[in-house]
Amino acid sequence: MPTLELNGKAYVVDEDGFLEDPTVWNEDVAKDFAGIEGITDLTEEHWKMINYLRNYYLQFGIAPMIRKLCKETGFPLNKVYELFPSGPAKGACKLAGLPKPTGCV
Amino acid sequence: MADQKRDTKLLDELEKGPWPSFVKEIKNASKTSPVCDDLLGQLELSYEEKKGHWKHGGIVGVMGYGGGVIGRYSDVPEQFPQVAHFHTMRVNQPSGWFYTSGSLRTLCDIWERHGSGLTNMHGSTGDIVFLGTKTDELEPCFKELGEAGFDLGGSGSCMRTPSACAGMARCEWACYDTLKMCNDVTHQYQDELHRPPFPYKFKFKFSGCPNDCVASIARSDMSVIGTWKDEIQQDDAEVAAYAAAGMDIQNDVCANCPSKCMKWDGKKLSIDNHECVRCMHCINVMPKALRPGKERGATILIGAKAPIVQGALLASVLVPFVPADELMDTLKELVSRVWEFWDEYGKNRERIGELIQRVGMSNFLDAIGLDPIPQMVTAPRDNPYIFFKGEE
Repeated sequence: MPTLELNGKAYVVDEDGFLEDPTVWNEDVAKDFAGIEGITDLTEEHWKMINYLRNYYLQFGIAPMIRKLCKETGFPLNKVYELFPSGPAKGACKLAGLPKPTGCV
Repeated sequence: MADQKRDTKLLDELEKGPWPSFVKEIKNASKTSPVCDDLLGQLELSYEEKKGHWKHGGIVGVMGYGGGVIGRYSDVPEQFPQVAHFHTMRVNQPSGWFYTSGSLRTLCDIWERHGSGLTNMHGSTGDIVFLGTKTDELEPCFKELGEAGFDLGGSGSCMRTPSACAGMARCEWACYDTLKMCNDVTHQYQDELHRPPFPYKFKFKFSGCPNDCVASIARSDMSVIGTWKDEIQQDDAEVAAYAAAGMDIQNDVCANCPSKCMKWDGKKLSIDNHECVRCMHCINVMPKALRPGKERGATILIGAKAPIVQGALLASVLVPFVPADELMDTLKELVSRVWEFWDEYGKNRERIGELIQRVGMSNFLDAIGLDPIPQMVTAPRDNPYIFFKGEE
Protein backbone atom coordinates (compact mmCIF):
# COMPACT_ATOMS: atom_id res chain seq x y z
CA MET A 1 0.00 0.00 0.00
CA PRO A 2 1.31 3.49 -0.81
CA THR A 3 2.05 5.86 2.02
CA LEU A 4 1.22 9.53 1.71
CA GLU A 5 3.40 11.97 3.65
CA LEU A 6 1.64 15.23 4.46
CA ASN A 7 2.67 17.87 7.00
CA GLY A 8 5.09 15.45 8.61
CA LYS A 9 2.48 12.71 9.04
CA ALA A 10 2.34 9.42 7.16
CA TYR A 11 -1.02 8.08 5.95
CA VAL A 12 -1.65 4.63 4.49
CA VAL A 13 -3.82 5.22 1.42
CA ASP A 14 -5.01 3.33 -1.65
CA GLU A 15 -3.73 4.20 -5.12
CA ASP A 16 -6.27 7.02 -5.46
CA GLY A 17 -5.21 8.54 -2.16
CA PHE A 18 -8.19 7.45 -0.05
CA LEU A 19 -7.51 6.42 3.54
CA GLU A 20 -7.09 2.65 3.82
CA ASP A 21 -8.51 2.62 7.34
CA PRO A 22 -11.45 5.05 7.76
CA THR A 23 -11.26 4.76 11.54
CA VAL A 24 -7.96 6.69 11.74
CA TRP A 25 -9.77 9.81 10.50
CA ASN A 26 -9.76 13.01 12.51
CA GLU A 27 -10.05 16.67 11.57
CA ASP A 28 -6.33 16.92 10.90
CA VAL A 29 -6.74 14.41 8.09
CA ALA A 30 -9.14 16.77 6.30
CA LYS A 31 -6.75 19.67 6.83
CA ASP A 32 -3.75 17.67 5.61
CA PHE A 33 -5.55 16.29 2.53
CA ALA A 34 -7.13 19.62 1.47
CA GLY A 35 -4.11 20.82 -0.50
CA ILE A 36 -3.92 17.79 -2.79
CA GLU A 37 -7.58 18.25 -3.73
CA GLY A 38 -7.10 21.87 -4.77
CA ILE A 39 -8.45 23.51 -1.60
CA THR A 40 -6.43 26.31 -0.04
CA ASP A 41 -8.51 27.01 3.04
CA LEU A 42 -11.14 24.89 4.79
CA THR A 43 -14.11 27.15 5.50
CA GLU A 44 -17.22 26.57 7.57
CA GLU A 45 -19.01 25.43 4.40
CA HIS A 46 -16.33 22.81 3.76
CA TRP A 47 -16.76 21.50 7.29
CA LYS A 48 -20.52 21.37 6.89
CA MET A 49 -20.03 19.01 3.94
CA ILE A 50 -17.26 16.98 5.55
CA ASN A 51 -19.22 16.48 8.77
CA TYR A 52 -22.37 15.58 6.86
CA LEU A 53 -20.50 12.92 4.85
CA ARG A 54 -18.72 11.63 7.91
CA ASN A 55 -21.92 11.24 9.91
CA TYR A 56 -23.78 9.66 7.02
CA TYR A 57 -20.95 7.17 6.57
CA LEU A 58 -20.81 6.30 10.27
CA GLN A 59 -24.57 5.74 10.30
CA PHE A 60 -25.05 3.85 7.02
CA GLY A 61 -21.60 2.57 6.07
CA ILE A 62 -21.72 4.07 2.57
CA ALA A 63 -21.55 7.47 0.88
CA PRO A 64 -24.92 9.16 0.21
CA MET A 65 -26.36 9.56 -3.27
CA ILE A 66 -25.52 12.90 -4.80
CA ARG A 67 -29.09 14.22 -4.74
CA LYS A 68 -29.42 13.46 -1.05
CA LEU A 69 -26.13 15.17 -0.35
CA CYS A 70 -27.23 18.36 -2.14
CA LYS A 71 -30.64 18.34 -0.50
CA GLU A 72 -29.42 17.81 3.04
CA THR A 73 -26.47 20.20 2.94
CA GLY A 74 -28.45 22.79 0.98
CA PHE A 75 -25.54 23.17 -1.49
CA PRO A 76 -26.47 23.04 -5.18
CA LEU A 77 -24.16 20.76 -7.17
CA ASN A 78 -22.22 23.67 -8.68
CA LYS A 79 -21.51 24.97 -5.21
CA VAL A 80 -20.20 21.54 -4.20
CA TYR A 81 -17.69 21.74 -7.07
CA GLU A 82 -16.73 25.28 -6.05
CA LEU A 83 -15.95 24.01 -2.56
CA PHE A 84 -14.36 20.76 -3.71
CA PRO A 85 -12.97 21.28 -7.23
CA SER A 86 -12.21 17.58 -7.70
CA GLY A 87 -15.87 16.77 -7.00
CA PRO A 88 -17.93 15.26 -4.21
CA ALA A 89 -16.76 11.66 -4.73
CA LYS A 90 -13.05 12.29 -5.15
CA GLY A 91 -12.58 15.47 -3.11
CA ALA A 92 -15.21 15.66 -0.38
CA CYS A 93 -15.31 11.94 0.43
CA LYS A 94 -11.52 11.77 0.58
CA LEU A 95 -11.31 14.65 3.05
CA ALA A 96 -14.09 13.10 5.14
CA GLY A 97 -12.05 9.90 5.32
CA LEU A 98 -14.58 7.69 3.56
CA PRO A 99 -13.37 4.62 1.69
CA LYS A 100 -13.29 5.12 -2.06
CA PRO A 101 -16.90 5.36 -3.28
CA THR A 102 -17.74 2.66 -5.77
CA GLY A 103 -19.38 3.70 -8.96
CA CYS A 104 -19.86 2.71 -12.51
CA VAL A 105 -17.46 4.03 -15.14
CA MET B 1 12.24 -2.63 -27.98
CA ALA B 2 12.31 -5.31 -30.65
CA ASP B 3 15.11 -7.26 -28.96
CA GLN B 4 13.21 -7.75 -25.70
CA LYS B 5 9.87 -8.88 -27.16
CA ARG B 6 7.69 -10.81 -24.78
CA ASP B 7 6.49 -14.28 -25.49
CA THR B 8 2.83 -13.80 -26.41
CA LYS B 9 1.88 -17.09 -27.97
CA LEU B 10 -1.80 -16.94 -26.95
CA LEU B 11 -2.20 -13.36 -28.12
CA ASP B 12 -0.47 -14.24 -31.40
CA GLU B 13 -3.49 -16.41 -32.21
CA LEU B 14 -5.52 -13.22 -32.38
CA GLU B 15 -3.35 -11.93 -35.22
CA LYS B 16 -4.34 -14.78 -37.52
CA GLY B 17 -7.11 -14.48 -40.08
CA PRO B 18 -8.00 -11.74 -42.55
CA TRP B 19 -9.67 -9.37 -40.08
CA PRO B 20 -8.14 -6.44 -38.20
CA SER B 21 -6.37 -7.37 -34.97
CA PHE B 22 -5.89 -5.23 -31.90
CA VAL B 23 -2.84 -7.32 -31.02
CA LYS B 24 -1.21 -6.39 -34.32
CA GLU B 25 -1.99 -2.73 -33.70
CA ILE B 26 -0.65 -2.71 -30.14
CA LYS B 27 2.53 -4.48 -31.31
CA ASN B 28 2.93 -1.82 -33.99
CA ALA B 29 2.45 0.92 -31.43
CA SER B 30 5.09 -0.63 -29.17
CA LYS B 31 7.74 0.67 -31.56
CA THR B 32 7.05 4.17 -30.25
CA SER B 33 5.23 3.62 -26.97
CA PRO B 34 7.03 1.78 -24.16
CA VAL B 35 3.84 0.88 -22.28
CA CYS B 36 2.62 -1.44 -25.04
CA ASP B 37 4.97 -4.31 -24.15
CA ASP B 38 3.72 -4.41 -20.58
CA LEU B 39 0.16 -4.07 -21.80
CA LEU B 40 0.56 -7.14 -24.02
CA GLY B 41 2.41 -8.93 -21.23
CA GLN B 42 -0.43 -8.39 -18.77
CA LEU B 43 -3.02 -9.43 -21.34
CA GLU B 44 -1.06 -12.60 -22.18
CA LEU B 45 -1.02 -13.38 -18.46
CA SER B 46 -4.79 -12.85 -18.34
CA TYR B 47 -5.26 -15.35 -21.15
CA GLU B 48 -2.97 -17.86 -19.43
CA GLU B 49 -4.72 -17.56 -16.09
CA LYS B 50 -8.19 -16.90 -17.54
CA LYS B 51 -8.44 -13.94 -15.17
CA GLY B 52 -8.52 -10.19 -15.67
CA HIS B 53 -5.76 -8.16 -14.07
CA TRP B 54 -7.33 -4.71 -14.03
CA LYS B 55 -8.69 -3.58 -10.69
CA HIS B 56 -12.18 -2.17 -10.82
CA GLY B 57 -13.11 1.42 -10.18
CA GLY B 58 -10.34 3.92 -9.58
CA ILE B 59 -11.43 7.48 -8.87
CA VAL B 60 -9.29 9.96 -10.74
CA GLY B 61 -10.22 13.08 -12.61
CA VAL B 62 -9.45 16.65 -13.49
CA MET B 63 -10.31 19.70 -11.41
CA GLY B 64 -13.87 20.96 -11.84
CA TYR B 65 -15.16 17.79 -13.47
CA GLY B 66 -16.66 14.74 -11.81
CA GLY B 67 -16.30 12.52 -14.88
CA GLY B 68 -14.49 11.99 -18.14
CA VAL B 69 -11.64 9.89 -16.73
CA ILE B 70 -11.93 6.26 -15.78
CA GLY B 71 -9.30 5.09 -13.31
CA ARG B 72 -7.56 1.80 -14.12
CA TYR B 73 -4.84 0.12 -12.11
CA SER B 74 -3.04 -3.14 -12.66
CA ASP B 75 -3.24 -5.70 -9.85
CA VAL B 76 0.21 -6.98 -10.84
CA PRO B 77 2.13 -3.68 -11.02
CA GLU B 78 5.46 -5.24 -9.96
CA GLN B 79 5.38 -7.50 -12.97
CA PHE B 80 4.18 -4.81 -15.41
CA PRO B 81 5.26 -1.44 -14.02
CA GLN B 82 4.50 0.48 -17.23
CA VAL B 83 0.79 -0.25 -16.88
CA ALA B 84 0.55 0.15 -13.09
CA HIS B 85 -1.64 3.16 -13.94
CA PHE B 86 -3.57 2.82 -17.14
CA HIS B 87 -6.40 5.37 -16.96
CA THR B 88 -8.84 5.96 -19.78
CA MET B 89 -9.87 9.44 -20.86
CA ARG B 90 -13.11 9.99 -22.74
CA VAL B 91 -13.07 12.91 -25.15
CA ASN B 92 -16.28 14.42 -26.49
CA GLN B 93 -16.48 13.57 -30.19
CA PRO B 94 -17.70 16.09 -32.74
CA SER B 95 -21.36 15.63 -33.75
CA GLY B 96 -21.63 12.89 -36.35
CA TRP B 97 -17.89 12.09 -35.98
CA PHE B 98 -16.71 14.60 -38.58
CA TYR B 99 -13.00 15.38 -38.34
CA THR B 100 -10.41 17.10 -40.41
CA SER B 101 -7.20 15.10 -40.79
CA GLY B 102 -5.55 17.99 -38.94
CA SER B 103 -7.74 17.58 -35.86
CA LEU B 104 -7.11 13.82 -35.83
CA ARG B 105 -3.36 14.47 -35.93
CA THR B 106 -3.71 16.99 -33.10
CA LEU B 107 -5.60 14.46 -30.97
CA CYS B 108 -3.05 11.71 -31.63
CA ASP B 109 -0.12 14.05 -30.94
CA ILE B 110 -1.63 15.12 -27.62
CA TRP B 111 -2.16 11.50 -26.67
CA GLU B 112 1.36 10.46 -27.62
CA ARG B 113 2.69 13.22 -25.39
CA HIS B 114 0.50 12.41 -22.40
CA GLY B 115 -0.54 8.80 -22.74
CA SER B 116 0.09 5.47 -24.42
CA GLY B 117 -0.82 6.73 -27.89
CA LEU B 118 -3.44 3.98 -28.11
CA THR B 119 -6.93 5.15 -28.99
CA ASN B 120 -10.28 3.53 -29.50
CA MET B 121 -12.29 5.34 -32.15
CA HIS B 122 -14.96 5.26 -30.85
CA GLY B 123 -16.46 3.88 -27.62
CA SER B 124 -20.05 2.60 -27.52
CA THR B 125 -21.37 5.92 -26.26
CA GLY B 126 -19.56 7.61 -29.13
CA ASP B 127 -16.64 9.26 -27.38
CA ILE B 128 -13.07 9.30 -28.60
CA VAL B 129 -11.42 6.94 -26.12
CA PHE B 130 -7.83 7.57 -25.05
CA LEU B 131 -6.42 4.40 -23.52
CA GLY B 132 -3.79 4.35 -20.85
CA THR B 133 -2.17 7.18 -18.94
CA LYS B 134 -0.87 8.01 -15.49
CA THR B 135 -2.54 10.22 -12.90
CA ASP B 136 0.09 12.98 -13.27
CA GLU B 137 -0.61 13.31 -16.98
CA LEU B 138 -4.35 13.95 -16.64
CA GLU B 139 -4.32 17.70 -16.00
CA PRO B 140 -1.69 18.54 -18.65
CA CYS B 141 -3.55 16.41 -21.19
CA PHE B 142 -6.88 18.04 -20.31
CA LYS B 143 -5.27 21.46 -20.72
CA GLU B 144 -3.93 20.65 -24.16
CA LEU B 145 -7.23 19.16 -25.25
CA GLY B 146 -8.98 22.35 -24.16
CA GLU B 147 -6.53 24.50 -26.09
CA ALA B 148 -7.17 22.40 -29.19
CA GLY B 149 -10.94 22.93 -28.82
CA PHE B 150 -11.82 19.55 -27.35
CA ASP B 151 -13.50 18.71 -24.06
CA LEU B 152 -13.86 15.59 -21.96
CA GLY B 153 -16.96 13.43 -22.35
CA GLY B 154 -19.13 11.93 -19.66
CA SER B 155 -18.57 9.05 -17.27
CA GLY B 156 -20.31 7.91 -14.13
CA SER B 157 -23.85 8.88 -13.20
CA CYS B 158 -24.12 11.78 -15.57
CA MET B 159 -25.62 12.70 -18.90
CA ARG B 160 -23.27 10.80 -21.17
CA THR B 161 -21.80 12.41 -24.26
CA PRO B 162 -24.72 12.69 -26.72
CA SER B 163 -24.19 11.23 -30.17
CA ALA B 164 -25.86 11.55 -33.54
CA CYS B 165 -25.86 9.95 -36.97
CA ALA B 166 -24.25 11.81 -39.88
CA GLY B 167 -27.66 13.36 -40.54
CA MET B 168 -28.23 16.06 -43.12
CA ALA B 169 -24.51 16.41 -43.73
CA ARG B 170 -24.37 13.10 -45.58
CA CYS B 171 -27.82 11.61 -45.82
CA GLU B 172 -30.92 12.52 -47.77
CA TRP B 173 -33.24 10.69 -45.35
CA ALA B 174 -32.53 12.87 -42.32
CA CYS B 175 -35.88 14.24 -41.11
CA TYR B 176 -34.29 16.78 -38.77
CA ASP B 177 -30.83 18.22 -38.20
CA THR B 178 -29.30 15.59 -35.93
CA LEU B 179 -25.89 17.28 -35.81
CA LYS B 180 -27.40 20.53 -34.56
CA MET B 181 -29.55 18.74 -31.99
CA CYS B 182 -26.58 16.78 -30.69
CA ASN B 183 -24.48 19.93 -30.45
CA ASP B 184 -27.27 21.97 -28.83
CA VAL B 185 -28.04 19.28 -26.26
CA THR B 186 -24.33 18.95 -25.42
CA HIS B 187 -24.10 22.69 -24.75
CA GLN B 188 -27.44 22.94 -22.98
CA TYR B 189 -26.53 20.29 -20.41
CA GLN B 190 -22.82 20.95 -19.71
CA ASP B 191 -23.40 20.74 -15.95
CA GLU B 192 -25.16 17.39 -16.21
CA LEU B 193 -22.41 16.12 -18.54
CA HIS B 194 -19.42 17.04 -16.38
CA ARG B 195 -20.78 16.90 -12.83
CA PRO B 196 -22.72 13.66 -12.33
CA PRO B 197 -26.06 14.52 -10.66
CA PHE B 198 -28.17 11.43 -11.38
CA PRO B 199 -28.94 7.99 -9.91
CA TYR B 200 -27.10 6.48 -12.89
CA LYS B 201 -26.09 7.20 -16.48
CA PHE B 202 -28.40 8.91 -18.99
CA LYS B 203 -27.76 8.70 -22.71
CA PHE B 204 -29.12 10.69 -25.64
CA LYS B 205 -28.85 9.52 -29.22
CA PHE B 206 -30.14 11.29 -32.30
CA SER B 207 -31.02 9.41 -35.47
CA GLY B 208 -32.23 11.29 -38.50
CA CYS B 209 -34.60 8.63 -39.83
CA PRO B 210 -36.06 5.27 -38.79
CA ASN B 211 -33.00 3.45 -40.14
CA ASP B 212 -31.61 4.55 -36.77
CA CYS B 213 -27.93 4.37 -37.69
CA VAL B 214 -26.81 5.13 -34.12
CA ALA B 215 -29.11 2.39 -32.76
CA SER B 216 -30.70 4.94 -30.47
CA ILE B 217 -33.79 2.77 -29.90
CA ALA B 218 -31.64 0.14 -28.20
CA ARG B 219 -28.80 2.14 -26.73
CA SER B 220 -30.03 5.44 -25.35
CA ASP B 221 -32.23 6.40 -22.43
CA MET B 222 -33.75 9.10 -24.56
CA SER B 223 -33.89 8.31 -28.21
CA VAL B 224 -34.84 10.84 -30.89
CA ILE B 225 -35.62 9.25 -34.25
CA GLY B 226 -36.53 11.24 -37.34
CA THR B 227 -39.85 10.46 -39.00
CA TRP B 228 -42.52 12.05 -41.19
CA LYS B 229 -46.22 12.61 -40.73
CA ASP B 230 -47.55 12.80 -44.28
CA GLU B 231 -47.11 10.41 -47.21
CA ILE B 232 -44.02 8.79 -48.67
CA GLN B 233 -42.96 10.84 -51.70
CA GLN B 234 -43.23 8.68 -54.76
CA ASP B 235 -41.80 9.12 -58.26
CA ASP B 236 -43.70 6.74 -60.55
CA ALA B 237 -41.27 7.13 -63.43
CA GLU B 238 -38.41 6.01 -61.18
CA VAL B 239 -40.50 3.09 -59.89
CA ALA B 240 -41.00 2.01 -63.50
CA ALA B 241 -37.28 2.42 -64.14
CA TYR B 242 -36.48 0.07 -61.22
CA ALA B 243 -38.95 -2.46 -62.61
CA ALA B 244 -37.47 -2.14 -66.09
CA ALA B 245 -33.98 -2.66 -64.68
CA GLY B 246 -35.14 -6.02 -63.37
CA MET B 247 -36.13 -5.35 -59.77
CA ASP B 248 -38.76 -7.77 -58.51
CA ILE B 249 -40.92 -5.14 -56.85
CA GLN B 250 -43.58 -7.60 -55.69
CA ASN B 251 -41.15 -9.88 -53.86
CA ASP B 252 -38.34 -7.54 -52.87
CA VAL B 253 -40.42 -4.55 -51.83
CA CYS B 254 -44.14 -5.30 -51.26
CA ALA B 255 -43.67 -8.75 -49.74
CA ASN B 256 -41.10 -7.44 -47.27
CA CYS B 257 -43.29 -4.62 -46.03
CA PRO B 258 -44.07 -5.48 -42.37
CA SER B 259 -47.55 -3.93 -42.48
CA LYS B 260 -48.24 -5.06 -46.07
CA CYS B 261 -49.35 -1.56 -46.99
CA MET B 262 -48.00 -1.65 -50.56
CA LYS B 263 -49.40 -3.08 -53.79
CA TRP B 264 -47.71 -3.58 -57.15
CA ASP B 265 -49.91 -4.41 -60.13
CA GLY B 266 -47.04 -4.70 -62.58
CA LYS B 267 -47.30 -1.06 -63.63
CA LYS B 268 -48.19 1.05 -60.64
CA LEU B 269 -47.04 0.97 -57.03
CA SER B 270 -49.67 2.10 -54.56
CA ILE B 271 -49.01 2.73 -50.87
CA ASP B 272 -51.65 2.86 -48.17
CA ASN B 273 -49.77 5.42 -46.09
CA HIS B 274 -52.09 5.10 -43.08
CA GLU B 275 -50.79 1.58 -42.59
CA CYS B 276 -47.11 2.49 -43.04
CA VAL B 277 -45.03 1.82 -39.91
CA ARG B 278 -41.97 3.79 -41.14
CA CYS B 279 -39.74 0.72 -41.44
CA MET B 280 -37.78 2.35 -44.30
CA HIS B 281 -37.43 -0.92 -46.23
CA CYS B 282 -39.06 0.27 -49.47
CA ILE B 283 -37.21 3.58 -49.32
CA ASN B 284 -33.88 1.83 -48.78
CA VAL B 285 -34.50 -0.55 -51.69
CA MET B 286 -35.73 2.11 -54.12
CA PRO B 287 -33.95 5.29 -53.02
CA LYS B 288 -34.53 7.07 -56.33
CA ALA B 289 -38.25 6.32 -56.44
CA LEU B 290 -39.34 6.75 -52.82
CA ARG B 291 -38.37 9.18 -50.09
CA PRO B 292 -39.70 10.24 -46.69
CA GLY B 293 -42.65 12.65 -46.68
CA LYS B 294 -42.41 16.43 -46.57
CA GLU B 295 -43.84 17.01 -43.08
CA ARG B 296 -40.78 15.99 -41.13
CA GLY B 297 -39.90 15.80 -37.47
CA ALA B 298 -39.03 13.18 -34.90
CA THR B 299 -40.37 10.62 -32.48
CA ILE B 300 -39.06 10.82 -28.91
CA LEU B 301 -38.67 7.50 -27.11
CA ILE B 302 -37.52 6.61 -23.63
CA GLY B 303 -35.99 3.85 -21.60
CA ALA B 304 -33.59 1.71 -23.65
CA LYS B 305 -30.56 0.15 -21.99
CA ALA B 306 -28.10 -2.71 -22.23
CA PRO B 307 -28.22 -5.43 -19.56
CA ILE B 308 -26.33 -4.68 -16.35
CA VAL B 309 -28.53 -4.43 -13.26
CA GLN B 310 -31.55 -5.76 -15.16
CA GLY B 311 -32.03 -7.12 -18.66
CA ALA B 312 -31.86 -5.19 -21.91
CA LEU B 313 -34.75 -2.90 -22.81
CA LEU B 314 -35.83 -1.28 -26.05
CA ALA B 315 -37.20 2.23 -25.91
CA SER B 316 -40.94 3.03 -25.69
CA VAL B 317 -42.59 5.88 -27.56
CA LEU B 318 -43.17 8.96 -25.45
CA VAL B 319 -44.04 11.57 -28.07
CA PRO B 320 -44.99 10.13 -31.47
CA PHE B 321 -44.32 13.24 -33.54
CA VAL B 322 -42.65 16.59 -32.92
CA PRO B 323 -42.17 18.93 -35.89
CA ALA B 324 -38.46 19.46 -36.62
CA ASP B 325 -38.46 23.16 -35.67
CA GLU B 326 -40.06 22.51 -32.26
CA LEU B 327 -37.80 19.62 -31.36
CA MET B 328 -35.30 21.33 -29.06
CA ASP B 329 -37.97 23.13 -27.01
CA THR B 330 -40.08 20.00 -26.64
CA LEU B 331 -37.06 17.94 -25.68
CA LYS B 332 -35.93 20.42 -23.02
CA GLU B 333 -39.37 20.50 -21.42
CA LEU B 334 -39.68 16.74 -21.50
CA VAL B 335 -36.19 16.17 -20.16
CA SER B 336 -36.71 18.49 -17.20
CA ARG B 337 -39.84 16.55 -16.18
CA VAL B 338 -38.24 13.15 -16.70
CA TRP B 339 -35.08 14.04 -14.78
CA GLU B 340 -37.07 15.53 -11.90
CA PHE B 341 -39.04 12.31 -11.51
CA TRP B 342 -36.01 10.05 -11.90
CA ASP B 343 -33.95 12.12 -9.46
CA GLU B 344 -36.70 11.93 -6.88
CA TYR B 345 -37.64 8.26 -7.18
CA GLY B 346 -34.74 6.50 -8.89
CA LYS B 347 -32.72 4.12 -6.74
CA ASN B 348 -28.95 4.13 -6.87
CA ARG B 349 -27.93 2.69 -10.28
CA GLU B 350 -31.46 2.48 -11.59
CA ARG B 351 -31.80 3.54 -15.22
CA ILE B 352 -34.90 5.48 -16.25
CA GLY B 353 -36.21 2.43 -18.16
CA GLU B 354 -35.94 0.27 -15.05
CA LEU B 355 -37.69 2.91 -12.94
CA ILE B 356 -40.53 3.01 -15.48
CA GLN B 357 -40.81 -0.77 -15.27
CA ARG B 358 -40.85 -0.65 -11.49
CA VAL B 359 -43.50 2.04 -11.08
CA GLY B 360 -45.46 1.21 -14.24
CA MET B 361 -45.75 3.25 -17.42
CA SER B 362 -49.11 4.76 -16.42
CA ASN B 363 -47.72 6.16 -13.15
CA PHE B 364 -44.68 7.48 -14.99
CA LEU B 365 -46.82 9.22 -17.60
CA ASP B 366 -48.96 10.67 -14.82
CA ALA B 367 -45.88 12.01 -13.10
CA ILE B 368 -44.48 13.74 -16.17
CA GLY B 369 -47.90 14.98 -17.22
CA LEU B 370 -48.40 13.11 -20.50
CA ASP B 371 -51.59 11.36 -21.52
CA PRO B 372 -51.34 7.76 -22.69
CA ILE B 373 -51.96 7.48 -26.43
CA PRO B 374 -52.19 4.50 -28.79
CA GLN B 375 -48.80 5.20 -30.41
CA MET B 376 -47.09 4.31 -27.14
CA VAL B 377 -48.12 0.69 -27.61
CA THR B 378 -46.13 -1.41 -30.08
CA ALA B 379 -49.14 -3.32 -31.40
CA PRO B 380 -52.80 -3.61 -30.37
CA ARG B 381 -53.32 -5.77 -27.26
CA ASP B 382 -49.59 -6.39 -27.28
CA ASN B 383 -48.79 -4.61 -24.05
CA PRO B 384 -51.87 -3.37 -22.18
CA TYR B 385 -50.00 -1.46 -19.51
CA ILE B 386 -52.45 1.45 -19.41
CA PHE B 387 -55.46 0.91 -17.18
CA PHE B 388 -58.48 3.18 -16.98
CA LYS B 389 -59.27 4.63 -13.61
CA GLY B 390 -62.76 4.46 -12.04
CA GLU B 391 -63.71 8.03 -12.94
CA GLU B 392 -62.85 7.47 -16.60
